[in-house]
Amino acid sequence: MTPKSRLHIPHPPSRPGEAPDFSYLALSEAGAVARPASNVPAREIESLACELVRVLDDEGAAQGEWAPDLSADQLREALRLMLLTRQYDARMQRAQRQGKISFYMQSLGEEAISIAQGMALESGDMMFPSYRNQGLFIMRGTSLVDLMCQCLSNTRDMCKGRQMPIMYHNKQANIFSVSGNLATQYPHAVGWAMASAIKGEDHIASSWVGDGSTAEADFHYALTFAAVYQAPVILNVVNNQWAISTFQGFAGGERRSFAARGLGLGIPGVRVDGNDLLAVYAVTQWAAERARQGGGPTLIEHVTYRGGAHSTSDDPSRYRPKDEWESFPLGDPVERLKQHLVNEGHWSDEQHTALIEELKEQVNEAWKEAVSYGTMTEGPKLDVRVMFDDVYSEVPPHLEKQRQELLALRGSSE
Amino acid sequence: MSQMNMIQSVRSALDVMMDKDPTVIVLGQDVGYFGGVFRCTDGLQAKYGEHRVIDAPIAEGGIIGSAIGIGVNGLRPVAEIQFADYIYPGLDQIISELARLRYRSGGEFFSPVTVRAPCGGGIRGGQTHSQSPEALFTHLSGVKTVMPSNPYDAKGLLISAIESDDPVIFFEPKRIYNGPFDGDPNKPAVPWSKHPGGEVPEDYYSIPLGKAAVVEEGDDLTVITYGTMVHVAQAAVNKAGVSADIIDVRSLVPLDVETLKKSVEKTGRCLVTHEASRFSGYGAELVATVQEECFWHLQAPIERVAGWETPYPHAFEWDYFPAQDRIIAGIKNIMEAV
Repeated sequence: MTPKSRLHIPHPPSRPGEAPDFSYLALSEAGAVARPASNVPAREIESLACELVRVLDDEGAAQGEWAPDLSADQLREALRLMLLTRQYDARMQRAQRQGKISFYMQSLGEEAISIAQGMALESGDMMFPSYRNQGLFIMRGTSLVDLMCQCLSNTRDMCKGRQMPIMYHNKQANIFSVSGNLATQYPHAVGWAMASAIKGEDHIASSWVGDGSTAEADFHYALTFAAVYQAPVILNVVNNQWAISTFQGFAGGERRSFAARGLGLGIPGVRVDGNDLLAVYAVTQWAAERARQGGGPTLIEHVTYRGGAHSTSDDPSRYRPKDEWESFPLGDPVERLKQHLVNEGHWSDEQHTALIEELKEQVNEAWKEAVSYGTMTEGPKLDVRVMFDDVYSEVPPHLEKQRQELLALRGSSE
Repeated sequence: MSQMNMIQSVRSALDVMMDKDPTVIVLGQDVGYFGGVFRCTDGLQAKYGEHRVIDAPIAEGGIIGSAIGIGVNGLRPVAEIQFADYIYPGLDQIISELARLRYRSGGEFFSPVTVRAPCGGGIRGGQTHSQSPEALFTHLSGVKTVMPSNPYDAKGLLISAIESDDPVIFFEPKRIYNGPFDGDPNKPAVPWSKHPGGEVPEDYYSIPLGKAAVVEEGDDLTVITYGTMVHVAQAAVNKAGVSADIIDVRSLVPLDVETLKKSVEKTGRCLVTHEASRFSGYGAELVATVQEECFWHLQAPIERVAGWETPYPHAFEWDYFPAQDRIIAGIKNIMEAV
């Protein structure tokens, strides 16, 4: 019989009720991948896109050339920020279930990426986050009250009631506005980095998308522009294995790693253990150094796992095994850093438990303050007049007319 | 003052602004070394360098997307889309990002991008080089949409667009790049030097966005139009032997409602014409506005003359184009109405 073409429909290794199976994940031993100098030509380091940079081994010891120079204080601070992100997520998830906010998205299991990368970048570097990078906002000092007020669309909402929950921004901290459209921020980061180079400045840009969003045209535009102009930018793919219900095979992950997507353009790709804070920090520092030296962009794939649902509107028990995360070979980023600190004698179970309690309290206090500025159901309410502001730099006559029309209906006018 | 065609006046606007403001940069396909397929950026790279006049990959979404990031980082990008017909891969970046960035970030982030795009037909461009997609952009909240009808306006409006902190989509009707066109392709081409709009100061000047121009004054009716059709309408009105206010709206968003209102209240009759196809075209908005503002002054139903609701056909270009005969027929309908 002559062979015929056939349509390949990717299938995840296991569905609900089946045993989780991560045998498809190519892993390297901790410390096994060599760390090249940050200025070597991309073609000499193509293997980095297929191997997996890992520092922490299964016992929590730091291994190999990628082990970064981070003090115990820095590591404890990283752990605190990861735990704070997790506590914040848990509180906001609950707030959604209680009907206090309309929607939420947790970053459960992916906290190391935002925290480590935020630590490795400089404060003048510009971040173009996706919707699961709340850790960036937290590590750059955005107050929890501000984040919560955004989710509440209340009188203190930074977005003035115009965005769904989690679409934060922080201009002062150099974090761009989160869009609801996927991967659109990727070309923005490249453009921002191009401008930095045009102006002769030293700042770099960094952006994040998920494995699923690599299929978007904007991903490819961004890589092309970054490669053509050698823009000082770090482009991150957070491969958490799942894009709502479709596993990473539907974004093309079955054939080659996401880190390898840039190789055809001469962009170095680095595949890193995204649940290993030390490895993510080291790889980011390497890419940042490369960009600042005129070495252009780096594409980093963070191999991680989406520990929770895609969002509060999603139910992952319908498409993946309930216990899949427990079997994920790269574990939980919080537990792994904790283990490392405990093994090194810098941390203890007691301290850990006490810290979680302290952070819970901090988050609860912030929540109490945030709701005092209003919720979806209870006042105070945002003044509806602001609906017509900021469409343009100045309110044009037709919008002023519409504002007055609405105010007349509401029985008040300016 | 010197004589310029619209290509030269667009180039002059870019030159004046790049000289005045070091944050202004230009990017687009073929705009750099070559100077643009229509020559609108000719000589600018030699004068301002490769970092300020940047040849871009063939990726409209990437051009507009990266321009947004460039703008967020304090520069003032002017992006050229080679033909308006090619702007669609950049639509998501315009609609979801450029138009709404200021709004969604509570007024904290903005990107002052100007997108220039040659538009319109009458150049044997078939369905991929002739479109007038302006209505798509006027439906957005957060971008301004502009289309000049002569070299003088093109320069003054483009300077305002570049200076604006709001994003502007700037359409250049390419049929009138080299001279005004009255809709008759069999007549010899007329250069801009024969038209008062071809007199253009070399230096800086600006024309505010949101102000229409009354290009001809009369009493019988009001013709509202923009772009190439301004010239077609003028010729048609003269041939029809009527006396008309001819209004070039210039700025589609924001729209100068007052000027339209004042005119139609005076004449009581109105015809709206554009090259883009009729259904859900920008003319529908003009008709609705006139109806809302001037209903009790109207003595006849408002007429619309526009492109047929087909794609722009290569072989039937002059059957598609809303030329003088169709405008004259429209004027006749209006004037004969009780």
